[in-house]
Amino acid sequence: MELFDLALIWAFIIGFGVIMYVLMDGFDLGVGILFPFAPDEESRDVMMNSVAPVWDGNETWLVLGGAGLLAAFPMVYSILLPALYIGVFLMLAGLIFRGVAFEFRFKANTSRYLWNWAFAGGSTVAAFAQGVVVGAYIEGFETANGVYVGGALDWLTPFTVLTGLGLLAGYGLLGATWLVLKTEGDLQQWARRLVTPLLVAVLVVFAIISIWTPFVDSFVRDRWFDHITLIWVFPAFGLFCAWQVFRAIRRHKDGMPFVATMGLFISTYLGLIVSKWPYVVPPNYTLWDASSAYGSQLFLLLGLLFVIPVVLGYTAWTYWVFRGKVRAGEGYH
Amino acid sequence: MELDPLLLSRIQFAFVVSFHAIFPVFTIGLASYIAVLEGLAFKTENPAWTRLSTFWTKVFAVVFGMGVVSGIVMSFQFGTNWSNFSQATANFLGPMLSYEVVTAFFLEAAFLGVLLFGRDKVPAGVHLFAAVMVAFGTFISSFWILSANSWMQTPAGVELREGIFHVTSWSEAIFNPSFTWRFVHMVMASFLTGGFVVAGVSAWYLLRGREIEANRKALSMCLWMLLIMAPSQAVIGDFHGLNTQEHQPVKVAAMEGNWETDTRVPLLLFALPDQENQTNRFEIGIPGMASLILAHDIDGQVPGLDLVPQEEQPPVMLVFWSFRVMVGLGFLMIGFAIAGLVLRRGGRYAENRWFLQGLRLMSVTPFVAVLSGWFVTEFGRAPWVVYGMMTQAEGLTPSLTGGMALFTLIGYIVVYALVFSAGVYYLMRVLHDGLEARDQEYQSDHPKRPLSAAHVPFEYNEDIVRPGGY
Repeated sequence: MELFDLALIWAFIIGFGVIMYVLMDGFDLGVGILFPFAPDEESRDVMMNSVAPVWDGNETWLVLGGAGLLAAFPMVYSILLPALYIGVFLMLAGLIFRGVAFEFRFKANTSRYLWNWAFAGGSTVAAFAQGVVVGAYIEGFETANGVYVGGALDWLTPFTVLTGLGLLAGYGLLGATWLVLKTEGDLQQWARRLVTPLLVAVLVVFAIISIWTPFVDSFVRDRWFDHITLIWVFPAFGLFCAWQVFRAIRRHKDGMPFVATMGLFISTYLGLIVSKWPYVVPPNYTLWDASSAYGSQLFLLLGLLFVIPVVLGYTAWTYWVFRGKVRAGEGYH
Repeated sequence: MELDPLLLSRIQFAFVVSFHAIFPVFTIGLASYIAVLEGLAFKTENPAWTRLSTFWTKVFAVVFGMGVVSGIVMSFQFGTNWSNFSQATANFLGPMLSYEVVTAFFLEAAFLGVLLFGRDKVPAGVHLFAAVMVAFGTFISSFWILSANSWMQTPAGVELREGIFHVTSWSEAIFNPSFTWRFVHMVMASFLTGGFVVAGVSAWYLLRGREIEANRKALSMCLWMLLIMAPSQAVIGDFHGLNTQEHQPVKVAAMEGNWETDTRVPLLLFALPDQENQTNRFEIGIPGMASLILAHDIDGQVPGLDLVPQEEQPPVMLVFWSFRVMVGLGFLMIGFAIAGLVLRRGGRYAENRWFLQGLRLMSVTPFVAVLSGWFVTEFGRAPWVVYGMMTQAEGLTPSLTGGMALFTLIGYIVVYALVFSAGVYYLMRVLHDGLEARDQEYQSDHPKRPLSAAHVPFEYNEDIVRPGGY
């Protein structure tokens, strides 16, 4: 009857959606995180304009993550969101402020600085909250009979604060390398100077997390040390990407730092998935436990097979329309 | 006092969904209007159309932005506060919401970027295409979300096994009994909202003698549209009501303030429903009229609240009065639409100050009407979350405490109050600058003013985002 292991296919789709979100909203959140440190107001205009046409589409991947989880793995949706209740609220509040800042800032005169802070603060809070979610995920959730039974602030631990800071630095790095790609002149110089310190910060946090994780989670410890020959591929590839970022910055390449940073994110992400596989609500439930009905997964999958390529097609097209360097207008020099 | 997480979650959901609803209901209508304007601009090359389109796109951008950010909240709200409901209904609602994201949200987001920032970057035809896609996306979005909502009102095509809904027929579930009328009623409401806002703003400009030619065109278009839409909405609303009577009789009983199932039931113009004593105070009604409307027979039977025990009744006062506000405003809209037709002779519709002042004030009424309508249908199904199958209490997140719910409720109220005030403030500024804002921009190819200058118009984006090779 059940011809394919749809849960497995869905795990790939959701996994793909999440990394799409992390990479795409990552750079525009990163631009927000770096916003207060920009050299001047003119640079901030360019920074914001570099992401203005695409941020909305980027954030849609997050909505897809939510809706997709509900459709394919409702247990994940209905355990994670209650467990992360306060954190989710903070993330959403952050996303609201940064989202409206795009429209409001360009219409504001005297209140402009407020929307600078809304954009920067909102991006920072949202990024930190997402990092905390990663940490809470590694630590696992207290559940009984498929329902979250832990407390309101279980997600807030020293470990999750560290992962929050890690993602903050990571998104900052994505934002900085995006600006290297999309801008020129002083702003690009400034962004380029940020890349190496941010890269170092990311690597330091990743190193601490990597050492700490086996102590937090015995499952991960066993997985890592039992499959020691395979598992090291991911950190190795991550380090290779980090080295590429470093090298590309020294050689004044525009595109490579961004690409290599994405590589760094992908390898970290895959490493995390492999460490936890097949648990989607650690430590108790696997992706098969968390699945929705076969018919529902199939009904949505059939549609997505047609729609997602079209979505990727026109998303790519909009990036192409807005390709090239973002400049301040002639009159502003 | 004990904090009740159920009550607080209900208030929170009502608040965030009401706040969210006012934006899409406007942008659905406005997106189509912009697409029409772009189409006219493309065909006729009359600059007035481009100017109107550019101006309304600016308004659209602000409102759409607020709709997007408040919509992201919605997609997580089900899980944070109603996790049992989410778990139980995921087999149906999950695919519905996911299809909405992939078929509508991405489409809107991608093409909105091109619509807002791409006028100088893509050929005119492609820009028009982007406008059409944004409008198309808003309809697709309403299709899925109203199907999901209607299913919660009139569940079909599913069976409940061990507390989980399983879909037995997708077509029955998607095209559930109340979907068609609700969808048409809502799309019409969106057109009315867009129409009355555009008419109101155009009237305001005409009153101040600004951009007479373009705003006259805009007002004229709107009035023709409203003349068709406003009366049709009354007819469709009636069908929707009859559909509700068939599937959710208790809701209709609450709408009518009718406590006992009876024949020759009066249409109440005024009453203060008293739920505790299961009766009305200070009733004023037209005898037999409710029977005539609902059964199309003066001796027809009208469902009463006595169909269900008191604890399964919706909050009657709220439903009763929300319904009256919606219908009252609906008739007011029809009145204005007809007045617009009468005043057409000699073009007085664009000159009569009373009419224009009235239209200006009318621009807020569709929002009130839409929210009242949603109050009727949503409070009217209480205490059910999935009508007749799952109660709101059963759907609540088990780990949710009153304190957590209160924290986020206050949080959302504060955040939304700030965002909404700022949004209205900047929207007023866009309206104040009007269509003329664009001209200054065109006349000075390369604005020389510094960035700190007082006026930084929105097109500023288009001027500084320029293509160029790497």
